Amino acid sequence: MTHILAFAEQRGGALRKVALEAVSTARGLADGQDGEVHALLLGAPGIAAHAESLFEYGADVVLVVEHDGFAQYNAESASAFVADRIASGAYRAAIFAASAMGKDLAPRVAGKLKTALASDVTSLAREGDAYVVTHPTYTGKVIATARLLAKPALISVRPGAIPAIAKPRTGRVEKVAPVGDPAKSRVVVTETSTSDSKKLDLGDAPVIVSGGRGLKASEHFHLVEELADAFGNAAVGATRAVTDEGWRPHSDQIGQTGRVVSPDLYVAVGISGAIQHLAGMRTARTIVAINRDKDAPIFKVADYGIVGDVFEVLPVLTKAIREAKKAQG
Amino acid sequence: MRIAVCIKRVPDMDVKFRIAGHAKGVDETGLKYDMADFDGYAVEAALQMMEKEGAGEVVVVSLGPDAVQETLRKALSMGATSAIQLKCDEVPFDGFAVASALASELGGATYDLIMFGRMSTDNANGVVGPMVAELLGLPVVTACSKLEIVAGRGTARRELEGGAEFVAFDLPAVVTIDEGIARPRYPSLKGIMAAKKKPLATKPANLPEPRLVIARMDLPPERKAGRIVGEGAAAVPELVRLLQQEAKVLA
Repeated sequence: MTHILAFAEQRGGALRKVALEAVSTARGLADGQDGEVHALLLGAPGIAAHAESLFEYGADVVLVVEHDGFAQYNAESASAFVADRIASGAYRAAIFAASAMGKDLAPRVAGKLKTALASDVTSLAREGDAYVVTHPTYTGKVIATARLLAKPALISVRPGAIPAIAKPRTGRVEKVAPVGDPAKSRVVVTETSTSDSKKLDLGDAPVIVSGGRGLKASEHFHLVEELADAFGNAAVGATRAVTDEGWRPHSDQIGQTGRVVSPDLYVAVGISGAIQHLAGMRTARTIVAINRDKDAPIFKVADYGIVGDVFEVLPVLTKAIREAKKAQG
Repeated sequence: MRIAVCIKRVPDMDVKFRIAGHAKGVDETGLKYDMADFDGYAVEAALQMMEKEGAGEVVVVSLGPDAVQETLRKALSMGATSAIQLKCDEVPFDGFAVASALASELGGATYDLIMFGRMSTDNANGVVGPMVAELLGLPVVTACSKLEIVAGRGTARRELEGGAEFVAFDLPAVVTIDEGIARPRYPSLKGIMAAKKKPLATKPANLPEPRLVIARMDLPPERKAGRIVGEGAAAVPELVRLLQQEAKVLA
């Protein structure tokens, strides 16, 4: 049991950024040890085409299961397959993303294997016979450092916490047959309502522009969308107050009870900075806040703040960003 | 319908935490405790289903020291039928250990539905519900923001990244509850009085040796104090310059 398994998450046939992060994390653990990094990729026929990207980020082997039943995430068959693979005994550790999918998948796998899971970690390192992980607790106000003694060690990593770093390997693809019928499930998906699939997901976007109650009404949210559009690589988020009001869907909510994000740039528009919101975005690399109240708590975590009326500042900022982007070509 | 709801006692998060002297947890001095947010939604959703059906029972279960009895009593005062404390000195950080103890209790009884909050607000691991389901061999639906049970069949709405999905499943099953499902009611005076007479059983928690153990707890490093670039639209050019040249995030 020397290899490291990394679950490579895909959605709609496209690899997600968290897949590369998982592989890169596994590479970091494998370097200096004997084992290989095995990336596990489940998807519809044709998914194997993504193996190259996984080699690029450090996979020695890409285990591919192609089956129509894996086109969409099927929790029961995916967890059965992953658990079966880990139970083969080849692995010292298995790395998942703590994305919505990973948060569903990893504890199922751990339950099947009757073992512990270090969930939503922001760092990890091998220390003697254990893995030492950090995990934000108490709405991000306390950081727990824990020792994971279980073998194999199951770990899910917070999206964006450990960057994906290219470390190309000359790898090989191994096609693997599914276990049982991947289309079968005791829980049947009857309908999905995804927002515009062309839009960047909050977990994948390098830039997030997020709006709060300071926007006053849902019809003003276009100002946030236009700024996101000007960046060109931005997703739109919202505070809980805004999603509670129904101005934006629940899935856009950033905070302790919504999505936890770590983009390169987070622009908080008309957001006061309630604890529950800060828990979801305080690990962003750079934070910009625009708020009319100079005493708003958001300015305590913001790298750059503008005190002012969002309705005045936003159109000017949108134009300036558009021009800056254009100047860069 | 027999419903079990697993709940956790956690501190109110709206405070500045201090680390305890032993460095393996927060200093509990002065903290106020209540049911974890998502667990409150789960209890409320269970009560509404029982009331709609006009029959059945809601059993609340909590693992921990005697202090959890207060949390269980609160759920009883909201309307739960009975309570079980799985007694241990300390709630392990290892969610699998917790799941094992819960599964050993819940597996011995016949519940149509076992409910959890999506995650606790203190440790925020979010693993116990699906682990219990796997240990009991039951189907599980995580992060439900809507839930309906009709004639032994459940339908739920799940919150996903960038959307939602609707699922159908047969009971018995395990569900974990996201917010949006139902705001927990406040216990009425009558409910509080009635709760005192409701059964609360205490049993030893059947905990395995934890394999994920806290080494220490720390307060996160403070974010470096930022600066106010300026006021109003006039500050925009300077902000853009800083984003380009200092933060280098406009590439």
